[in-house]
Amino acid sequence: MPDKSMSDWCSDGQRVPDGPRPSSGFSRRNVMIYGTLLVIALYYLFPLYVMIVTSLKGMPEIRIGNIFSPPVDITFQPWVKAWSSACTGLDCDGLSRGFWNSVRILIPSTILSVAIASINGYVLANWRFRGADLFFTILIIGAFIPYQVMIYPLVILLREMGLYGSLTGLVLVHTVFGMPILTLLFRNYFTSVPEELFRAARVDGAGFWQIYFQIMLPMSLPIIVVATILQVTGIWNDFLFGVIYTKPENYPMTVQLNNIVNSVRGVKEYNVNMAAALLTAGVPLIIYIASGKLFMRGITAGAVKG
Amino acid sequence: MPSVEIKGLDLRYSSARVLQDLNLEVMKGEFMVLLGSSGCGKSTLLNCIAGLVEPDAGQIHINGRNVTWDEPSARGIGMVFQSYALYPQMSVEKNLSFGLRNAGVDKIEIDRRVRHIAGLLQIEPLLKRKPAALSGGQRQRVAIGRALVRDADVFLFDEPLSNLDAKLRAKLRVEIKRLHLEHGNTMIYVTHDQIEAMTLADRIAILKEGKIVQTGTPDDIYNRPVNRYVADFIGTPSMNFLDGELLGRSFLRGHLELPLADYPFIHGQCADCSAMIGIRPEHIVTGKDLNEATVTTQVVVDMVEPMGADTLVHTRLEGTAFQIRMTGQAQVRKNDRLLIGIDPLRASLFDRESGLRL
Repeated sequence: MPDKSMSDWCSDGQRVPDGPRPSSGFSRRNVMIYGTLLVIALYYLFPLYVMIVTSLKGMPEIRIGNIFSPPVDITFQPWVKAWSSACTGLDCDGLSRGFWNSVRILIPSTILSVAIASINGYVLANWRFRGADLFFTILIIGAFIPYQVMIYPLVILLREMGLYGSLTGLVLVHTVFGMPILTLLFRNYFTSVPEELFRAARVDGAGFWQIYFQIMLPMSLPIIVVATILQVTGIWNDFLFGVIYTKPENYPMTVQLNNIVNSVRGVKEYNVNMAAALLTAGVPLIIYIASGKLFMRGITAGAVKG
Repeated sequence: MPSVEIKGLDLRYSSARVLQDLNLEVMKGEFMVLLGSSGCGKSTLLNCIAGLVEPDAGQIHINGRNVTWDEPSARGIGMVFQSYALYPQMSVEKNLSFGLRNAGVDKIEIDRRVRHIAGLLQIEPLLKRKPAALSGGQRQRVAIGRALVRDADVFLFDEPLSNLDAKLRAKLRVEIKRLHLEHGNTMIYVTHDQIEAMTLADRIAILKEGKIVQTGTPDDIYNRPVNRYVADFIGTPSMNFLDGELLGRSFLRGHLELPLADYPFIHGQCADCSAMIGIRPEHIVTGKDLNEATVTTQVVVDMVEPMGADTLVHTRLEGTAFQIRMTGQAQVRKNDRLLIGIDPLRASLFDRESGLRL
């Protein structure tokens, strides 16, 4: 039996190509790529680090001025204060009110907009009615019109409907503004579903709602996840509509955060501000981390195999 | 009584005429195959019959009832699709029963019918599975089951086997044929595969550019094609065509003279006109069968393609490429001289101008 380790080498010391090509971990190429990635990652993570560190310090420690140093004396007092007793204007009940307002805005807006958009998409993809293309074009153009143009007309519209300043009004605004992009998302997804599936269901005597609820909707979980994530983060992060279409007692969390940070009375409590900002950013952050994989799967969902 | 009757069907997509004044009758219990190359309108025709595509003009009658404006589910049809089109989120059982549930059939009856069909197609062990957990052949069985369970009068098949590999295709083909023999339902079957068409059909309708070119039994289509297109389309390897002249009662091409005294001319006999003769590679005899041949001639072998069961020999006859099908055991080599015999009665004569059968 020939010695394999011997036959692996040519007479001049070169290895005979056999099996996977040997790779070196520390090639110049790899050092460049990973080095660059590392620097960019640090660049983006650094502000977050400063925020977390600052939010855990007391005011005396902050006044020393070493914003990069870790806290000597860890305190959660700023977080408690940001949540329950920070002042916005005359009210001093912290971000908690804004948080619950945001939840009350978020849940109905998300459910309503995703539900309506999925039906829109289903109709546009499968029930080609007369003028469907025109309808779709108009809807998409809606996505390109700057918000500023629509703000004032919407104020009047809501006032006439008696919804101006209420949470219902804001829910309506969020639902309407989510429509173009969500409809596009669902339409494209349903278009990728083989048409024969829809035809088979029609031969089987299923009607409009039966096909939607029993066949299309169960298949569309990935895209529902994507749409929900887009809406949740979008609506949660919204500031403009929140400040325009609601009254102070209905302000969402983002507006309240702004009011806390920009409060001009007394000393600037940087630790409370940082804690408040982190609390507000928490919801989308958790959603992104928890659903990253699902999100990617939904975004890349192409043809559905039966 | 015709089970399905199509009268003057017309359909156009923007400017293209997909179906042109199309008429077709399918008898009760008949297995009709719609055959044609891709884009000839055969699937569109099937979708029109199913009610999934609306025609621009014309009527569709099923069992003597005008169903042109009826919903697909109200037409008494079952349909099998090329991509199976099983509902991916439902188990096989739910897939089979979906149509019955929509029609409001009672639970016990649904269960009885699903069991019966599952037994018939041997898919009982799969009833609880989702379509994604089935192989291609199993999926197509379920798709066929879903059509059968509806107990329809007419079954429509839209290229049901073309997504399967060759072995499985042959197996399911036999099963479909057996189903038809046992149940005797009317079946309309779309395919571009002529083997499927020839083996399954009671009658074949050949479509070209939205029109039916010929309807007839497989024997008719194979032996008596109405024009050059059908002759060329049916049969692999395809028919050999030789241009020549029709003089008196003979076909002349160079040194070749084929006597046609007994040839069954259909449009009378066009005296002294340009014609074309079509001879199938398998109708040319060699070796000891030569004694029975009317005409014999000699050719030189260009190339040999052994295919196991038979051997395809490429030659030239009077300057035109000419293929001969011999048995698989034939010992032929390039540049061999080969004596061949032609029987003009098995050939087809076409008018060179119109391409129509003479």
